[in-house]
Amino acid sequence: MRQEHYDVAVIGGGSAGMAAAISLAQRGKSVVLFEREEVLGGILLQCIHNGFGLHHFKEELTGPEYAERVSKTLEELPVTVFVGSTVMHMEEAHAGEGKIVYAYSREHGIVMAEVRAVVLAMGCRERNRGNIGTPGTRPAGVYTAGLAQRLVNVEGYIPGKEVVIVGSGDIGLIMARRMTWVGAKVKAVVEIQPYPAGLTRNIVQCLNDFSIPLYLSHIVSEIHGKNRVEAVTITPMVDGMPDTQRSFRVDCDTVLLSVGLVPDNEVSKKLGVQLNPETNGALVDSRLMTNVPGVFACGNVLHVHDLVDFVTEESTRCGEYVAEYLDGVRPAAQHRVVAGSNVKYVLPNWYDRSHDNRFYLRPMVVKNRAELQVRLDGHVIKTKVLKHVQPSEMIALALDEKDLGDGAAQGDLRLEIAIV
Amino acid sequence: MNTHYDVVVIGAGVCGAAIARRLSAYELKVALVEKEVDVSFGVSKANSGIVHGGFHHSTKSLKSKLEVQGNRMFDQLKEELHFPFERCGILVVAFSTEEMRTVEQLYRQGVANRAVGIELCNRERILMLEPKLNNDVVGGLFAPAGGIIEPYRLVFSLVECAQQNGVEVLLNWEVSSAVDQGSYYTLKNQKGETIEADYVVNAAGLYTDRISALFGAEEYKIVPRKGEEFLMDRNAKAYTRRVIFPVPDPLSKGTLVIPTVEGTTMIGPTAEMIEDKEDTTTTRDNFEKAFYSARRLVPAVSERDIITSFTGLRPTIAGDDFYIDYSRKVPRFIHVAGIQSPGLTASPAIGEYVKHLLKKRGIRLVEKPDWKPSIAEVPRIRELSPFDADQLIATDPSYGEIVCRCENISEKEIVEAIRRGHVTLDGIKFYTRAQMGRCQGGFCTYKILKILQRETGMTIDEITKRGKDSFVVTSRIGELAVGATVEGAV
Repeated sequence: MRQEHYDVAVIGGGSAGMAAAISLAQRGKSVVLFEREEVLGGILLQCIHNGFGLHHFKEELTGPEYAERVSKTLEELPVTVFVGSTVMHMEEAHAGEGKIVYAYSREHGIVMAEVRAVVLAMGCRERNRGNIGTPGTRPAGVYTAGLAQRLVNVEGYIPGKEVVIVGSGDIGLIMARRMTWVGAKVKAVVEIQPYPAGLTRNIVQCLNDFSIPLYLSHIVSEIHGKNRVEAVTITPMVDGMPDTQRSFRVDCDTVLLSVGLVPDNEVSKKLGVQLNPETNGALVDSRLMTNVPGVFACGNVLHVHDLVDFVTEESTRCGEYVAEYLDGVRPAAQHRVVAGSNVKYVLPNWYDRSHDNRFYLRPMVVKNRAELQVRLDGHVIKTKVLKHVQPSEMIALALDEKDLGDGAAQGDLRLEIAIV
Repeated sequence: MNTHYDVVVIGAGVCGAAIARRLSAYELKVALVEKEVDVSFGVSKANSGIVHGGFHHSTKSLKSKLEVQGNRMFDQLKEELHFPFERCGILVVAFSTEEMRTVEQLYRQGVANRAVGIELCNRERILMLEPKLNNDVVGGLFAPAGGIIEPYRLVFSLVECAQQNGVEVLLNWEVSSAVDQGSYYTLKNQKGETIEADYVVNAAGLYTDRISALFGAEEYKIVPRKGEEFLMDRNAKAYTRRVIFPVPDPLSKGTLVIPTVEGTTMIGPTAEMIEDKEDTTTTRDNFEKAFYSARRLVPAVSERDIITSFTGLRPTIAGDDFYIDYSRKVPRFIHVAGIQSPGLTASPAIGEYVKHLLKKRGIRLVEKPDWKPSIAEVPRIRELSPFDADQLIATDPSYGEIVCRCENISEKEIVEAIRRGHVTLDGIKFYTRAQMGRCQGGFCTYKILKILQRETGMTIDEITKRGKDSFVVTSRIGELAVGATVEGAV
C-alpha cells in the first residue's frame, strides 16, 4: 500500500474539485486530488453544448472547453492528481486532527493519503425511476438523461428512435435537442409542475426551436412494453391530482428521465458528516466547513447549482477557507441561517457576524418582482427586489458586516432569508 | 443425432438448480433447460429473499416438512457455495390481543414443525430484539433460525456447482413439444432443436401446467399471485436487525420489512391473484398499500429512501401445498409445481426429495467418486479491508478499477460474471450487484457495456438488458436519417 502525506485531499476532479485544488495550490498548500474517471473534468466532458462560462470566463464555452481551461490552470500547479482512483474509505487518523483517505485504482492499488483537511467535491447523481415511483413494466429503454447524454456524446450510440422525456430539468431539455439532432423523434417532454424545471433559455433553444411539445402539469403515469419500451401513458394533473379520464398513450421506444439531481454524499458519511435533508448536501458553516473539523464541501455535492460558473466561484472560495484553516484560522462565532417563506434552502447554514457573507438560495415559487428579505431578530435588515424568481434559478446574495448591524446586537441571532 | 440425457430438468430457477446440483453427484447425464437468456430469470429473481422460520405452514403439509428440512441445510450450502446468507431471525409482530392469539397459534405450529429455537415474546422482549418496531406492538414471535439470502445468487451458485460436475445448461431453450418414444422422451424447442431424456423433471415455475400438458401428464392450473417489492437505499433508517412480519392473513404472509443480506431494506410483497403470467407491472395502489402496511410495523420506513421497485409472480396451485410427485399418467415424469413461498427455503430439500422420487421410479443412482460440492469463491472488493484489497489488486489490477460506485463493484467481479455466462445487463446486475444501488446504473451502465463488448466480442447495439429484444441502444450515431424528423428548426 502506497502511503502519502499532504495538507489536503480533494475528492473529485470535476469543476468543483479542480477549482478548490487550484485555489489551495495557489496558496502554497500541498494537494492531492482523486478522480475516479480517467480524465479530469467530470460531467462537463459529456456536455458538448455551449452556454458555459458566461459569468466566469465572460464568454460562451462548451462543457469540455470549460473543463479544459480549468484543468490547464491546474496542470501548471504542483497538485498531485490520481485519475482512475475511487475513494472508498475515509477515517479519522488515530492521533491528531488528521484524516486518512483510501483511494482504489488499477494502477496504484490502494493509495493511503494522510491529510490535515479534506474537500468533498464528488458532485451529484441523477434521480431515477425508482425515486419518482413510475408504475408499469420494467423494459429496456428507460434511462436517466445523463446516461443517454454519455451514450450519445461520448460513446456514439443512440438509445432509441422515439423518445418521451420525463421532467424538464436542464439535462432533459439539452437531450431533447441532442436526440433530435441525431435523428430521433422527441415526442413529448412531460413536467409534473405547472412551470418548467430547467432554465428558460433551454426551453426556448431546445424545445421551442424544434417544436417539441412540453406538457406542463402532466405525469408519465405508466410505462408499457415487455422487452423494450413500447409506449407511455401520460396523465394531466388537475388541482394536483391525476385526471386519469384524460390520460392518453404515446408510442415510443425510449423514456429519458430528467427529474432532479441529488448530491452524492455516500463517502462523506464515512467521516460522520451531517447532511441537510433538504439538499442531501452537508450542513456547512460560513466557511463551508462541515460538522467534522477539517472537512469542507463545495460544488454540487454541497447543493445542486444551476450554472457551473457558480460552482467555480464557490469552490475557489472553499479553497481559500481551507488554506486559512490550515494556517490556523478558526471561524468566529457562528449563527444559524434559516430558509424562510418561499425559500427551499439557503447555503451556507451558518453565518459569521464579523465578516462578509455570501449566500446561495433556491426559491420555491415562480414570481415576478419578488422581494428578498433578510431578517434578524424580528427586524428586516435588508431587502432586494428581484425582477423574476423561479425554482430552476439560484439566487446569490452578499451581506457585508454593515448589513448585519453592530456586533452588539443581542437577542435571536438567527438570520432568516425569505421571499415575499 | 440428438443428445441423449438421463435426466432433463426443465426450468433453471431455484428448484431446477437445486435438483440439477443434487443429481450432479451421481453418474448421470443431466441437462438443465431454461427458456430465458440466463438462469434465475423467472420466479427466483423477484422475491423477498427470506429463509423462513418453519412456523407458517401446517405440520401435515409437504411445505412445512421441506421448509424445516431446507432451512437446516443452508449453513452447509453457504460454506460450499458462498452466496450471501445470514440467520438474522424473523419476528412476527402483533398489535392487539386478537393478533396475539394468531401468533400463539403460529408458535404452536412452529413447535410441532420442529422449527429451531422458536419463542413467544412479550412487548419488552420483542422491542429489545428490534428497537425500530412501532411502539404500539403488544408482543409476537421470534424464529431465530429464519434468515435472509440473495435468491439469484443462490441459483447462480447452485448452477455453477452443477455445471462444474457435468450438468449441461441450455439457455434460450423453451420446450415447445414433447414425444414419448417408449423408453425416453424427445423434447423440441422453439427453434426446432431436439434433445432426448429418459426422465423429465418439470420445474418450470409459472409454466409447470403448460409443460405438464405438453407431456400429457396431470392437468392443473398455475395461477400467478403478484407481489410488488420496494427496495430502499442502504442508508435507510428503516434498516432493521430482523425480518419483520405482520400477522398473516389467509392469502399471504403479509407485507414485510426486510433487512436484505446486502444491507439495503426492502418492503413487500403485496399479494394479488392475476391471470397474466407475464404481468410484472407495478402500480401506484400497491405502492400505497405496501407503505401503509410497512409503516405500521416500522415507522421509520420512508418513501424518500426508495431506489427501485419490482414485481414478482408466485406460482400458486389449487390446494395449499407444493405439488411434488411423479406423474400417475405418464412414465418417468416428475412434477415440481406450485412452488411459492416457502419454496426458496425448501429448495435444497426439494433437490433431495426429487432425487428420492427419481430413485423410486427406477433411476439408478451411482455416486461420483470425484463430485465437488464446493465452487471457487470470487472475492468482493467491498468486503475487504483496504490492506487486503491492496494485496488482491496486486494479484489482479482489475480489482482496483471500481465500476459501480454505489455498490463498490470492481471490474474483475464483472468480468467473472461474464465468464460464468452472465452476458446481459440484468445477468451482470444479479451476479455482481452493479446497477443495483442508489443510482440504478446511471453511472456504470456505459462502463459495463464496454466491458461486455471487450469480453464477449458483442457490439454495444447487440447487448440486451435481459435477452430477446431488450436491446439497450437501438442505433449508432449516423444511422438515423437526420433532419427528417426536425420540424421548425431554425
